Amino acid sequence: MLTLQCPYCGVQAEETELTPGYEAHLKRFGPGSSAEEFESYMFARKNPKGVHFERWRHAYGCGKWFLAARDTNTLEVFGTYPAQSSEPPADLVAKIKAKRPEWPGYSEEGNK
Amino acid sequence: MSNPVSALNGQSYDGFAKITEIGPMGMITLRCDLAEKPVAAALKKLGLSVPAPRRIAKAGARSVGWMSPDELLLILPYAEVAATLETLNKALAKLHFLAADVSDARAVFRIEGDKANQVLAKLCPVDLAMLEPNELRRTRAAQVAAAFWAEDGGYTLVSFRSVAGYVMGLLTVSSAKGAEI
Amino acid sequence: MSTRLQKGGRLIDRSTRAEFTFNGKRMSGHAGDTLASALLANDQMLVGRSFKYHRPRGIVAAGPEEPNALVNLGRGERLEPNQRATTTELFAGLMASSQNHWPSLEFDVGVANNYVSRFLPAGFYYKTFIHPRAAWKHVFEPIIRQSAGLGSAPKDPDADRYEYVYAFCDLLIIGGGIAGLNAALAAGQSGKRVMLIEQTAHWGGRAVVDGDEVEGESAEDWVKSAVDALKTMKNVTMRNRCMGAGVYDHGYVLANERVADHTPMDGRPKQRVWRIRAGHIITATGAIERPLSFAGNDIPGVMLAASVRDYVVNFAVSPGDRTVVVTNNDDAYLTAIALVGAGVSVPAILDARTNVTGDLPARARAMGIRIEAGRGIASVKGGKRVTGVQVCLQAGEGAVLEEIACDAVAMSGGWSPVVHLWSHCGGKLNWSETLSAFVPDASRPPLNHDGAAMVTAVGAAAGIYRAADIITGEAGTQAPVPPVWVMPQGAPIALRSKMWLDYQNDVKVSDVQLAAREGYESVEHTKRYTTLGMATDQGKLSNINGLAVLSSALGAEIPQVGTTTFRPPYTPVTIGALAGEARGEIFQPLRRTPMHAWHEENHAYMEPVGLWRRPYCYPRSGETHAQAVHREVKNTRENLGLLDASTLGKIIVKGPDAGRFMDMLYTNMMSTLPIGKCRYGLMCNEQGFLSDDGVVARIDEDTWLCHTTSGGADRIHAWMEDWLQCEWWDWKVYTANVTEQYAQIAVVGPNARKLLEKIGGMDVSAETLPFMQWADGNLGGFAVRVYRISFSGELSYEIAIPASHGAAFWALLHAEGAEFGAMPYGTECLHVLRAEKGFIMIGDETDGTVTPLDLGLSWAVSKKKADFLGKRGMERTFLADPDRWQLVGLETLDGSVLPDGCYAVAQGTNENGQKNTEGRVTSTYYSPTLNKGIAMGLVKHGPARMGQVVEMNKVDGSTVKARIVDPVFFDKAGEKPNV
Repeated sequence: MLTLQCPYCGVQAEETELTPGYEAHLKRFGPGSSAEEFESYMFARKNPKGVHFERWRHAYGCGKWFLAARDTNTLEVFGTYPAQSSEPPADLVAKIKAKRPEWPGYSEEGNK
Repeated sequence: MSNPVSALNGQSYDGFAKITEIGPMGMITLRCDLAEKPVAAALKKLGLSVPAPRRIAKAGARSVGWMSPDELLLILPYAEVAATLETLNKALAKLHFLAADVSDARAVFRIEGDKANQVLAKLCPVDLAMLEPNELRRTRAAQVAAAFWAEDGGYTLVSFRSVAGYVMGLLTVSSAKGAEI
Repeated sequence: MSTRLQKGGRLIDRSTRAEFTFNGKRMSGHAGDTLASALLANDQMLVGRSFKYHRPRGIVAAGPEEPNALVNLGRGERLEPNQRATTTELFAGLMASSQNHWPSLEFDVGVANNYVSRFLPAGFYYKTFIHPRAAWKHVFEPIIRQSAGLGSAPKDPDADRYEYVYAFCDLLIIGGGIAGLNAALAAGQSGKRVMLIEQTAHWGGRAVVDGDEVEGESAEDWVKSAVDALKTMKNVTMRNRCMGAGVYDHGYVLANERVADHTPMDGRPKQRVWRIRAGHIITATGAIERPLSFAGNDIPGVMLAASVRDYVVNFAVSPGDRTVVVTNNDDAYLTAIALVGAGVSVPAILDARTNVTGDLPARARAMGIRIEAGRGIASVKGGKRVTGVQVCLQAGEGAVLEEIACDAVAMSGGWSPVVHLWSHCGGKLNWSETLSAFVPDASRPPLNHDGAAMVTAVGAAAGIYRAADIITGEAGTQAPVPPVWVMPQGAPIALRSKMWLDYQNDVKVSDVQLAAREGYESVEHTKRYTTLGMATDQGKLSNINGLAVLSSALGAEIPQVGTTTFRPPYTPVTIGALAGEARGEIFQPLRRTPMHAWHEENHAYMEPVGLWRRPYCYPRSGETHAQAVHREVKNTRENLGLLDASTLGKIIVKGPDAGRFMDMLYTNMMSTLPIGKCRYGLMCNEQGFLSDDGVVARIDEDTWLCHTTSGGADRIHAWMEDWLQCEWWDWKVYTANVTEQYAQIAVVGPNARKLLEKIGGMDVSAETLPFMQWADGNLGGFAVRVYRISFSGELSYEIAIPASHGAAFWALLHAEGAEFGAMPYGTECLHVLRAEKGFIMIGDETDGTVTPLDLGLSWAVSKKKADFLGKRGMERTFLADPDRWQLVGLETLDGSVLPDGCYAVAQGTNENGQKNTEGRVTSTYYSPTLNKGIAMGLVKHGPARMGQVVEMNKVDGSTVKARIVDPVFFDKAGEKPNV
């Protein structure tokens, strides 16, 4: 059972205090978007074995959504950061690169 | 208007710790930018100040707890709620904020005795030994949301009103004599 | 015979006697005994029958690895099946009975299976599944059902209580032998928060039994001072009788403490599950001795050598008068030495190795014990008890060299480190050629949240056996243990088919070899095919031997074949312990409204709505539920109904951008709602499917109040916060879920206004408070907010009042409303009222695949707004398909009530041969108002087919004709609520 640190209140919360929110940094496509764009937003989800960026909510705590960078294979947590981020912070990306040299880096497609 | 009735009307239980439902207790949820000066000024009028993250500060019969980066919980005598809401609405009028009476949405329990911590240890996934003085911890108690803090040699625990009976059941079972850890 | 020795027994207190019964027979033991040691002391070697062949089985081991001595403990509401006698501490009054026998343990009919064993080979179950089919149904299944199973399942609710406790530490050490104690001392002195758990009641593990020397003292003394030292350390928590059951991600460990198993009914919880979060975990879980595979190795009296030693040293019990020791390693010599030291005869030590050197053999030799090198057992003689062994050359094919009379055999095939907890979370293993065992590979440990090693194995669990080495943590030169997987090496099939690998599931060497011949190359497949290691002991004794037999049959190396996956729990944990406090009244949270007690006092029949309980109806004396509902409907339509609507979600949305946000949340326009007014709204998910509905009230310039469905409050509040926090975080909007702050009461019916006017306090007239408006005020001295909204089609006021006054106000309405015919009504009446009006219900008309357009709610979907949640989703081509089923009313031609969930049958059949369908019922009720069945449903081209008749199917296969009609059955003009 995972533990993740909520970046808002600092609690090292266990999984039962959190609710998962799946992939982070999705771009919302609304009216006027193409079928392909809408599909990418609604249905096409990354499922990497390795580095992944996810949404979690500290539901039984401060109620805030936050984002986590995690290795889906080893369950190593590289870091958590506020949900008000359109991409992972640079220092976190650098940290992951150092730990996972084979990781191509964060981009729209990079961690598929 | 009738007298306000708390969820369990003051039910209590004597196990290896003493459990009491207290209240009704006045509570106001205040959502705003905690760094705004009028917030500090409004709290100051109540004898309070903006608490640090995850802390609860007490002054006389009133307390203020940090609930999230943009939310405070004011705890005060039930009879003071309406007037305090009015004060807040006036003091914060120029800000973007939300203040709401949530006194009746909650149930409040006291857990008292030398081993009060053991009761919580059975229900909450929280490292109680690391709980800091005046720390307000939001978590779950078994299957429902709860918040608690250490106070007067015991703990005060807040849950939602509708599950007060369930929470009383949890606290009762967990403090049964013979079940000391 | 097995018997209690005159002297010794480090764990028993001879001054106390504990009377107990086994299969109804009265027996006696001492405090400190296990059930197994007490049974042996009473010469009860036969303790059960095997699972498949019903062969007589005796005690094999002295710990949690025991496969045979499973008993039913207690009776009635305290019956526990499948309890291991070896880990059950004896107490006065204990009642045990053996399992899997019929009619009695001594005489068992099922043993006939033993004589037809060649018809019950490996994969028997799978083979009988295949052919002939009839044989399975009429022959095999009845036999298997009769004979299968271990203990009896308890029929009564468990009378004991259980609980969880959450614990946190820097270091958790699992295992209280000298390795665990040593690790705890070091960590404790460093100031870390340490937790040390041990599954037995005693500290010290094997070292104290074997009389090892530790750091210049006897193990006994060393352990005592270590335990004393640890007890003085405030940062160290010690728990015995506490088994590390499973290691999980991020340092999470479950441990099962047997708090009061040995002191039943003393007021304490029977067991406690520890949910431990540890910074690091040390497994000091020791090792388990392996049996040897020789013919007849399952006959009662054949035991593990170290377990024999445990019984002699710990409990002063000798399993036999004459014990032959058979081994491939030096360790078993300690057993011979202990037995002879206790005055019991050891006729011979049969050592499979041709070259026997070493200190322990030398000591045994010096004591005059006969040692036969290069020898093994060809076959054990005996039925319900060992009577002798036939000796052969290990290198041969089993030609009998001599027969030695004995009543016990102590066997040792070497040791297997307990790697279970190391492996649970991904720790890898290496095969040690020296030890003939899998040992943890320290370079490939399970990983923690920070990517660092999460578990360290120490002591015997890491393959380090010598006490001196355990303390230093460095394995010195270890004595090699040459593997002996089959005894004798060239045993023919007649012998191999009597060599048991898995005692509990009756799997023999020949079964595994057969599986290999039949093509089962993967160890995981062989396990399932033969059931090797699948019993309640999870193969603690059998896995490595079985794996070795499989790899040799496949001609592969053991590391290539690999092990099966180790999964928690290490030993079985009773379901009661896993349930913890969650049983009875607090099995699940039950949400109560402020009027809940009133409902119960007034005999409401309650139904679950999410975690809430709501009155379904209030049956009066002599009324059925249906009659009560009909009465409530008629009364509400004609007089006055009162509904507890407190469960409705209430969420405040406030801020300069709140209007903009509301327009995104709802499909219709909410920003234009005038202050003081109410508007019904729909919410969709991003796919365009309906997710919730409710009435919105505009409170002030920047405040809206959203009502959600009863089950939807938390979900919708979370949905709002998700968008505000993760997408539109620059919008100035705050939300607050105030659902539980207010009791909400619907005052419904033609007399509603009369009641409120009688109570008085505010103007509720049609002029001051018209339909779809709200007002704050005072009623009967209570501060209230009154909404003129209607979910029933009647004149209706929904009154919100602080929850702490809810019950009092509800009582007042009933008292004052009596003269107007006030009656409470429940959720079923609510449903009938709304269905008569054609109002949809989230969860009935919707199921996550239904759009507002499907329900004819296009009037509530804005065409003006550039965007709202679900708008793009709704624009998908298949949602605009004119063939989608759409909402209509349905009326049977015969007036009957359509079955719930029935379908409209269309022409032809689909590719599966099922009838095609063209619609389905979503809500169906008997309408007391119209005196006939009414229904709502989704029908293909429905709105264009008004008046047409469709065939609806029924459960009995027949159909019933229904006419497609307008879904509004009652007061089509909507005049009643607007008066």
